[in-house]
Amino acid sequence: MATVQTLRAKKRAKDIFSSPFASAAAWIIAVVWTVPTFGLLVSSIRPDTDINSSGWWNFFVQPNISFENYQKVLFEGTTTNPPLFQFFFNSLAVTIPAVIFPITLAVFAAYALAWFDFKGRDFLFFGIFALQVVPLQLTLIPLLQLFAKGLVIGDTTIIPDLGITGTYIPIWIAHTIFALPLAVFLLHNFISQIPKELIEAARVDGAGPFTLFTKIILPLSVPAIASFLIFQFLWVWNDLLVGLTFGAGSKEVAPMTVRIAEMVGTRGSGWEVLTAGAFVSMIVPLIVFFALQRYFVRGLLAGSVKG
Amino acid sequence: MHFSFLAARKTPWEIIGENFTLLAFALLAFGGVLVLLFLIAGRANVRAQEWLKYLVFLVPALLLLLVGLIYPTIRTIILSFMDAKSENFVGFDNYVWAFTIPEILIVLRNTAIWVFLVPFASTSIGLAIAYMTDRMKRPTVIKSLIFMPMAISFVGAGVIWRFVYYFEPNENRPDLGLLSTIVKSFGGTPNNWMLEAPWNTFFLIVVMVWIQTGFAMVVLSAAMKNVPDEIVEAAMLDGASPLNRFFRVTMPMIRATLVVVLTTIIIATLKVFDIVRTMTGGNFQTNVIANEMYSQAFRQMNYGTGSALAIILFVAIIPVIIYNIRQLRLERTER
Repeated sequence: MATVQTLRAKKRAKDIFSSPFASAAAWIIAVVWTVPTFGLLVSSIRPDTDINSSGWWNFFVQPNISFENYQKVLFEGTTTNPPLFQFFFNSLAVTIPAVIFPITLAVFAAYALAWFDFKGRDFLFFGIFALQVVPLQLTLIPLLQLFAKGLVIGDTTIIPDLGITGTYIPIWIAHTIFALPLAVFLLHNFISQIPKELIEAARVDGAGPFTLFTKIILPLSVPAIASFLIFQFLWVWNDLLVGLTFGAGSKEVAPMTVRIAEMVGTRGSGWEVLTAGAFVSMIVPLIVFFALQRYFVRGLLAGSVKG
Repeated sequence: MHFSFLAARKTPWEIIGENFTLLAFALLAFGGVLVLLFLIAGRANVRAQEWLKYLVFLVPALLLLLVGLIYPTIRTIILSFMDAKSENFVGFDNYVWAFTIPEILIVLRNTAIWVFLVPFASTSIGLAIAYMTDRMKRPTVIKSLIFMPMAISFVGAGVIWRFVYYFEPNENRPDLGLLSTIVKSFGGTPNNWMLEAPWNTFFLIVVMVWIQTGFAMVVLSAAMKNVPDEIVEAAMLDGASPLNRFFRVTMPMIRATLVVVLTTIIIATLKVFDIVRTMTGGNFQTNVIANEMYSQAFRQMNYGTGSALAIILFVAIIPVIIYNIRQLRLERTER
């Protein structure tokens, strides 16, 4: 098909696009983008005397390595200011259910919206889609009151005071609620594209809505679920606002982000501890990110690329 | 505060133990309920399954959305017309307050600057990188590095950039901040970057751009891959210059994606509060609505003004939602 002329044009195109100039520019941007993070990493492994007397780039002149900062920030603490490793586990305890709950409920809802025939289905779908952009800030005050006092309209108690303030439960529920709209939307996009013939065939074989879900929908949605899982993991692990407000100021449940933000605020703790602490809070998402980047990108694209 | 008092007697490991017991219990309960529901519903007769399916699959999510998003939104609207303790109606007082107090006007102005600059800058840079790397042989490393900040929390990013912007007031001590050192090496005089308004707002915006550029790049570069080679080649045969090709061929072909990227970043920017909170605490005239809302509601304990600010934020987002729903409708009819 390709004529000599188009082949030549193609080659020329390659030459222009992959010109050394464009590559060099892209590399420069990439380096500029990485330097701040790299500087933090280098700082965190320098002894505190070095950190406080010279910029991190001097590490390459006098390469003294020390893991004392990590030792200090992770394991030294008081009862009022617990060591960071406790917050690390808090972050885990916040994140695991806050990822599993919304994804489960969202797969359910996406399946219902994609394959059940009922009146108002499109209206519901657009409604949920629109809810994506309700800012968290809008829901904070009423939701906090709901968790603290229950819901009473007039004299009738609709939801009683559950006494869960200061535990993980409000954080889990809040994260679940905030994740649902996007999760339902993305998973619906995927689940609605499962071939109709497959569903019909299973129905003819006598599969009810529940068997259909466990035998067909769930196995086929694994890739979409995996992408959203990474998305939600990063979002919850990195979140500050929900942990801060729904954790009710309790250090027993506060995730790492809350602790790091607090360390920044207090003048007492020095640079060296903050660098190590910040890096500890980043290490898990960075590993997840680099190991599963491909799935993460797929998830992002499912939500935004058209055509 | 009384919680930390209670905590005083427990060791970290004891706290972790208790927390993970609750975690295990919650996960087991959740899983157990699901298994039970499926077992019962799966064995029910066909007619019962017809309504059970709605109860199991749809109702839980809808209930949560109703209680967790719709009810709070309505309630916040009401609270925004009430006083600090939500006892008396005060009409539009909280909104008048928001649009007349100089401090809050600065907050609104800053938010406007953020919402304009962040999407514009991150999308342009992301687009440029996507175009530059489009035909590169091995763009993976470059893209990963630029994309990496997406994995870092806003708090972490705040810490990273605090070190970049660090200013040493004592002239006899060496500069520890990267920016000050660079400025000095070019013969300039470093400033206390975080204190000088309005420039400090721009320094904070850089952090958000640093995070969002990777997102724009990844999404736009995927869209560029969808532009058929034939079209680009045809333009080339017609003698279009690279710049011409970019603006006349590539840009129009990825227009829809460009809009999605822009709106996504606009929404993310409106809601951002962690960066300002970690880097300046909203001081030195750098505050934005999302952070001021938090301060009003949870520091000043003024639910009226806090709610009003949240509503202003919401109103700012509404046009974006309407636009998005329209796009989605169009797409669905095209299918």
